[in-house]
Amino acid sequence: MQQIISTPAMNTSPLKSVLQRFPFVPALIILIALVALNGFFQPRSLSFGSITGLFSTYLALMLLAVAQTYVVFSGDIDLSVGSIVSLVNVVIIVLMEKWGGGGLTVIAACLVGILTGLACGVANGIMIAGLRLQAIVATFATSIFFTGLALYVLPVAGTPAPEAYWMTYGGTYFGIPFVFYVVAAVAIVLGVLARMRLTTQMLAVGDDAMAAFQTGLPVTLIRIKGYVLCGLFSALAALCITGDTASGDPLVGGKMTLYSVAAVVLGGSALSGGAGTVTGSLIGALIIGLINSLVFFVGTPSEWQNLVQGLAILTALMAGILVSRGARA
Amino acid sequence: MSTETAVSVTAAPSKAIEFLKRPLVVALILIVALLALGEALSPGFASAEQILRLLVVASVMGIVAAGQNLVIIGGREGIDLSVGGIVSLAAILAGNVMNGAESGILPAVLVAVSVGALFGLFNGLGITLLRIPPLVMTLGMLGVLQGLLVVIRNGIPSGRAAPALSQFVTQPLLFGLPGIIWLWIAIGLFMAFLLKRTVFGYRIYAIGSNEQAAFMAGVPVKTIRVGLFVLSGVFAALAGVCLLGYSGSSFSNVGEQYMLPSIIAVVLGGTPLAGGKGGYTGTMAGAVLLVILQSILTTVHIDESGRQMVFGATLLVLMLFYGRGRAMRG
Repeated sequence: MQQIISTPAMNTSPLKSVLQRFPFVPALIILIALVALNGFFQPRSLSFGSITGLFSTYLALMLLAVAQTYVVFSGDIDLSVGSIVSLVNVVIIVLMEKWGGGGLTVIAACLVGILTGLACGVANGIMIAGLRLQAIVATFATSIFFTGLALYVLPVAGTPAPEAYWMTYGGTYFGIPFVFYVVAAVAIVLGVLARMRLTTQMLAVGDDAMAAFQTGLPVTLIRIKGYVLCGLFSALAALCITGDTASGDPLVGGKMTLYSVAAVVLGGSALSGGAGTVTGSLIGALIIGLINSLVFFVGTPSEWQNLVQGLAILTALMAGILVSRGARA
Repeated sequence: MSTETAVSVTAAPSKAIEFLKRPLVVALILIVALLALGEALSPGFASAEQILRLLVVASVMGIVAAGQNLVIIGGREGIDLSVGGIVSLAAILAGNVMNGAESGILPAVLVAVSVGALFGLFNGLGITLLRIPPLVMTLGMLGVLQGLLVVIRNGIPSGRAAPALSQFVTQPLLFGLPGIIWLWIAIGLFMAFLLKRTVFGYRIYAIGSNEQAAFMAGVPVKTIRVGLFVLSGVFAALAGVCLLGYSGSSFSNVGEQYMLPSIIAVVLGGTPLAGGKGGYTGTMAGAVLLVILQSILTTVHIDESGRQMVFGATLLVLMLFYGRGRAMRG
């Protein structure tokens, strides 16, 4: 840490160029430290089973952090991601119940769920990029609307997911838990997206929208695409959370919105747009998950856990910003 | 996003249209229209006592929005997400300090306001000295506050409001208006004076529209910004005490419902989130507008789901009236 802070004066230090290329390195260091601490206080937390558990619980938050990243890239924000998760969750639960819960119907329901997420993203994009409403307040308004829709689809929490669904999510195939197949598939998709022109365009818009516009980029369309990607990954997050909780809850995602923003910031992306990585956000989401489990393993009394978590996340947020600014300045 | 280079090509509209497009005017027209709609849907909605009840609810929202408004005008993506947590914390602390006793009101207000100021100070220092973006700093602080609330609720019983405080909030005090409405009017006058007649007020606009230029002109940018966040904490704490008086006892997370709506009230009042512009009169109208809208939706008999959908959609339509960004033209 001290080395990093003391270097900004030297413009060509190798450390700084590494940080510029891989802005998530500070987050990675925090993550490794947290893994070590978790292992120290509870050696079993490093077992394969525990790590699988960590992933199946926090995969939803990781995907939601990814969703948030794509709008943050172009300088926007989406406070409706949590409500999209809730909406998709109840949509697939209700459809699977209605259609009988067999293998094919589960897949069909998931597809409808993904389409729902995409539609939410398109709506957000049109509101903010098309009609030029202010992102923070407009997505808050759409989140109220989406929550209303979710309550319409399923007024009270409780409808269980069919066995076929959560057995698959929690199952093991060829010796590897299902969640890791999901992780691998997501990693490939994200890798492809990172190499696509769209990512560079979104970052360009976030860096300086006017300049991007004057270079001839379709700024409005690019921002809408960001929101559509956001809707897509929010829907995927909903599929994971449904696999984890195995039930429908019209308010399940509400609390996750702010965590997704925190994960993006922890991962070294600038909320003002133009700089950041999806890898960082994934690490940020894992940091939040590991802080939660560490607070538990250290033996914090239950009523103090939230406070310690809050303080730890605030500290990590501040440290992350200070270090990544040192790298960018 | 820099829009300085965008050139407005529209011809100057007539004065009447210009007047009608002012956010405050739009909000006032909408308030009257909504009251008429409410009266049509359920006779008695726009009766004097009903309007007074709405104003009492709106004043709590308006007091939170006062601090939010200052922070937003101060610019640099100014926003305070921690107000919800401060409202809850202030309500629970004040309830415990007074615990139903009239003599405890003053100490309770002092404790609540000091705690609010303290958290505002933390926010301000993080934002200025460490240069953490306000959204991130206050979001992190919200997490800390929520954790603190869990600890406090486990440790001490939920306190009670003194009867005098409840009376102040709910019963007529002077000319038929409850004390809290007078308090809100006083805050409105204070804000107008602060923003339009003091050096501090001018400097808020200065740092909000161009922080660099203000700094060059010798404005103590950091001190002012810290002050804005402290004021935001103080206003949120005051609202928390009022809320305690309104509900009689403090219960969990009462303040959460004020976090984002306080920002909406500011935006509906015509203060853009970009900062450097706007005022509090519009925000007051925005708070009233929000509360009337919510009240109409609870009056008509529709499900919670329909209520939320209509509320969300209406907010979006209202935002289309004003608060839109400028189009990009080459």
